[in-house]
Amino acid sequence: MAQGGIGSSVKRKEDARFLTGRGTYVDDIVRPGQTHAVFVRSPHAHAKIKAVKTAEALKAPGVVAVLTGADLAADKVGNLPAGWLIHSKDGTPMVEPGHMALVADKVRHVGDQVAVVVAETKDQAREAAALVEVDYEPLPAMVGLAQAIAPGAALVHDQAKANTCYDWHLGDKAATDAAFAKAHKVVTLDLVNNRLIPNAIEPRAAIGEFDRVTGDLTLYTTSQNPHLIRLLLSAFTMGVPEHKLRVVAPDVGGGFGSKIFHYAEEFVTLWAARRIGRPVKWTATRSEAFMSDAHGRDHVTHCELALDKEGRFLGLRERTLANMGAYLSQFAPSVPTYLHATLLAGCYTTPAIYSEVRAVFTNTVPVDAYRGAGRPEATYLIERLVDVAAREMGMDRVDIRRKNLIPKDKFPYQTPVALQYDSGDYQATLDAALKKADWAGFEKRRAEAKARGKLRGIGISTYVEACGIAPSAVVGALGGRVGLWESAHVRVHPTGSITIFTGAHSHGQSHETTFAQLAAEKLGVSTDQVEVVHGDTAKSAFAMGTYGSRSLAVGGTAIVNAIDKIIAKGKKIAAHLLEASEGDVDFKDGKFTVRGTDRAKAFGEVVLAAYIPHKYPANLEPGLEESAVYDPKNFTFPAGCHICEVEIDPDTGVTQVIAFTAVDDVGTVINPMVVEGQVHGGVAQGIGQALLEGAQYDDQGQLLSGSFLGYTMPRAGDLPSYQVGTEVTACTHNPLGVKGVGEVGAIGSPPAVIGAVCDAIGVRHIEMPATPERVWRAIRDAKKA
Amino acid sequence: MQDFSFHKPQNLAAAVDTLKKRPEAKALGGGQSLIPVMKLGLAAPSDLVSVAGLAELRGIKVDGKELVVGAGMTHAEVADSAEVKKAIPALAALAGHIGDAQVRNRGTLGGSLAHDDPAADYPAAVLALGATVVTDRRKIAADDFFRGLYQTALGADEIVTSVRFPIPEKAAYAKFAHPASKFALVGVMVAKGPAGVRVAVTGAGPGVFRQADMERALGGRWAADALAGVAVKAEGLNADPYGSAEYRAHLIGVMARRAVAAAG
Amino acid sequence: MPSISLRVNGKSVRAEVEGRTLLVELLREKLALTGTHVGCDTSQCGACTVHVDGRSVKSCTMLAVEADGREVTTIEGLAGADGKLSPVQAAFAEHHGLQCGFCTPGMVMSATDLVRRNPGATEAQIREWLEGNLCRCTGYHNIVKAVKAAAQAGGK
Repeated sequence: MAQGGIGSSVKRKEDARFLTGRGTYVDDIVRPGQTHAVFVRSPHAHAKIKAVKTAEALKAPGVVAVLTGADLAADKVGNLPAGWLIHSKDGTPMVEPGHMALVADKVRHVGDQVAVVVAETKDQAREAAALVEVDYEPLPAMVGLAQAIAPGAALVHDQAKANTCYDWHLGDKAATDAAFAKAHKVVTLDLVNNRLIPNAIEPRAAIGEFDRVTGDLTLYTTSQNPHLIRLLLSAFTMGVPEHKLRVVAPDVGGGFGSKIFHYAEEFVTLWAARRIGRPVKWTATRSEAFMSDAHGRDHVTHCELALDKEGRFLGLRERTLANMGAYLSQFAPSVPTYLHATLLAGCYTTPAIYSEVRAVFTNTVPVDAYRGAGRPEATYLIERLVDVAAREMGMDRVDIRRKNLIPKDKFPYQTPVALQYDSGDYQATLDAALKKADWAGFEKRRAEAKARGKLRGIGISTYVEACGIAPSAVVGALGGRVGLWESAHVRVHPTGSITIFTGAHSHGQSHETTFAQLAAEKLGVSTDQVEVVHGDTAKSAFAMGTYGSRSLAVGGTAIVNAIDKIIAKGKKIAAHLLEASEGDVDFKDGKFTVRGTDRAKAFGEVVLAAYIPHKYPANLEPGLEESAVYDPKNFTFPAGCHICEVEIDPDTGVTQVIAFTAVDDVGTVINPMVVEGQVHGGVAQGIGQALLEGAQYDDQGQLLSGSFLGYTMPRAGDLPSYQVGTEVTACTHNPLGVKGVGEVGAIGSPPAVIGAVCDAIGVRHIEMPATPERVWRAIRDAKKA
Repeated sequence: MQDFSFHKPQNLAAAVDTLKKRPEAKALGGGQSLIPVMKLGLAAPSDLVSVAGLAELRGIKVDGKELVVGAGMTHAEVADSAEVKKAIPALAALAGHIGDAQVRNRGTLGGSLAHDDPAADYPAAVLALGATVVTDRRKIAADDFFRGLYQTALGADEIVTSVRFPIPEKAAYAKFAHPASKFALVGVMVAKGPAGVRVAVTGAGPGVFRQADMERALGGRWAADALAGVAVKAEGLNADPYGSAEYRAHLIGVMARRAVAAAG
Repeated sequence: MPSISLRVNGKSVRAEVEGRTLLVELLREKLALTGTHVGCDTSQCGACTVHVDGRSVKSCTMLAVEADGREVTTIEGLAGADGKLSPVQAAFAEHHGLQCGFCTPGMVMSATDLVRRNPGATEAQIREWLEGNLCRCTGYHNIVKAVKAAAQAGGK
């Protein structure tokens, strides 16, 4: 193994700058002559705009411009697109109402952007924004899903009848109904997957810049995918060709999905910069983030599981209402459909599955992908049903799972909901987790806790997820409007240092280290010699960015393919230098050798020869840099088992997570330290969803949990230390055998936590977040019953 | 935040003088309540008069049967003070759990009392211990000081200089922190002292209040189970997504029992 | 406009500020010390934590004028003059206590205050102390591990 190569916990290259305050986030950037933007946002959830009066604001000190929806309309720009087209059961396309970056007709959620004020200083912009007078005529606010689809509900968009965006289904209904008809037992469950607010600690920010001489536009933005933003700016919101547009996403302080999307504010800063001819900067306040960053989850589901006498799953069906919020954010339509219903087999052999999903507009902040996106919702639904089935069948929760897991000799495994899992060993992760968590010894711990007056419970979830998105052809067939391949360019410099240009973006994922490890492994160089460049459309080739745990499986594969081209070219050069036939040259541990001889050339010698081609093969170009793109052949399917142990204070209902064990199969592990860190973070968000977090609106559509004072972010004291382990089955369709780790923690954990709470207090189900009051009430109600 | 003039007077008299001359001025302690409120635009004073560092507001000492804490003392200083730990350990413990470490390094006793957040911790201590709030011009009994939601007996130009806490025989504070804000969802301070048994509740209502039924029960017998028969009404209590009035009423009982048990 | 003078990371600084200028605005906007971050507007997240006279404070909830005559240390001032990381910084790197890096400066400054004050801090004490600092990436596991290691290594 090369030093720092695959499998070693190399310390992170990015840490030196972050630990000394030298990271460069968008808000740290100051452009010459920059102005500051502040948005005027709606205080109403739903209201007609009768007039927007800007005269007073324009007169305020320092104000450079005040722009409104009317200005957007005049410039014919600013309509934010949806990136995925879903067709309803009846074949009609989803209702796509459009989303203007500044609204002119009516506001549809609290925080909707009505105008922007640009001034010399932030304070001046803020003060002038307060002088923009908007006349609203309030309309009834459609806040909850049930309210929005009730007969006679006010319409968020006139064209979306019954506030329905689409009414979609997947699976074989007849076969599923037949399975239920012959079932020994049917268990049913109604559950809510609570709305979450992603809250990356860095608030979104953007700086738009316009070069008056060249007409070039530059946008600095907090994005997980600068190329995608440039594409959308070019093709939709700005209508400026790509070669005049540069998008830079420098250090980005966490994303979790919420920084995938093309947001109104980043377009507006760029558009305003072009209009005034000066840079325009905007940074969200946290209060603003709460009402303008896309939220996550928010499903209301009815689901059923059919079982035979032995507890084998015969069929699963569900009906979900999915909240889209007020507008369609880019990937919102795909989340409750192709990222959710396709996962409903989970890691089980359930032969028949039918899912119906109705997407609904409401007067709330748009909902889109948040860590896991659709897969946590599917996993929660399945695993809660399995727990309830075990309870109602009088079976052990582990036994019922074991009985239904897909056996390891059945891969590739075709599920009834479109996906084909390539590899896995679900028994192995289950067994390892049970052992690590000492599942067998739990009852003793429960008794010990009881003696202290605490209710102790244990919960388990076995899950599989689909990530490494995604094969472009498949995505296209399912309504995706983009390809989902990834690019890489590897440049070996004359003296042997290496720059890797990637389209993936690191905002916590440690790509600068793990991608360098790929080069170290393949080329036998030190990671210190390798620099990874990302986040700038002027530097790396077009690619799709980072989300869906795809960076390594797709972007990493592209890098490896580019490196393989470097090696292939190196062999040609080495063969010439060593006067051997190219077919006889091997490359290993940084050395080109002639098979069966002791003749060798070090990698560095070959590199130098490529740049100083004094002795060089004819018909070969000098230089040593190669590009590759990789379009994956399938999704990847990480899987695993999570076990949670809690103690509940029966007097207050407070749940403390005592232990959390995660054993995941994420395929080949490049850097164990980084993989563990990713699992920790995902699990923390899953525990947050299960116990602490939840967006709450009042019936007027005001966000009650609109700041960190009202929305519970997991803190150090809320969480335990985790026990994390991995089991490896290699992905069969990428050369590294990697699957992805970014989302597994958030996908597998919530049902394990809720299962533990239910076990502790002896109830069938409790909704997330299981707040102290909810748990206290559940204990009280259980006593009454 | 709207701009203002900042004043750093050399002594208490100068501070009071500045406040008197400028009716829209406010005194600034550690700023951990006032600055957030100003950032949200909920307060916009014309002038801020910094008082936390004034010599007259500093110091902690035992004076006869009272512990005197300067209004300018930070929560961290109170929590770490050997005198406080010795005289009223419950007060040190309470101060050590206000906000978070950084807030405790800046926030002051006087600032907390003058702001009188309905979910703040200190008001429960002041009320339950029957303390006396000393200002630049008078002494105010705790029972007269708190006047409901963000309202106190302080005049606009009046500065809290210290608080005199009668040293109790027994006292303890039990707090159920709001999961998000870490303010008190319900905090109960119980004390048995020269003025008898006093029970003060913060977080649950529009302002800190005494729980008379519990005081009677504990006056009869100082034991956690003496509270068993006391029913706490939900009527008039606060409600938010993390705690209905009913739940808060329940928690008042739980926290009171825990506080009594902790007080010994 | 009030004129203030203070020491920042060991250097004397004079600045003209408005009354309302927050310490974090002075640091980021006037002194270009952008290592100190702003993650919220309600004094909860702790990304803006710096030391004033050796104690950790939230620089978004302190006026710049209140720092007049004080000694301020930011994340940029923590490493030695030779660039050697402080024990807490080094422990964060060693134990992967950071991912996106945004909460890190505040987290490191807060942890530094703790390990100076309480070098023997237990896991429970560390978790309680970090109540004023939010991290969305790490799940805190490795942060706690790093702080513990730094505390055992003698803090500072």
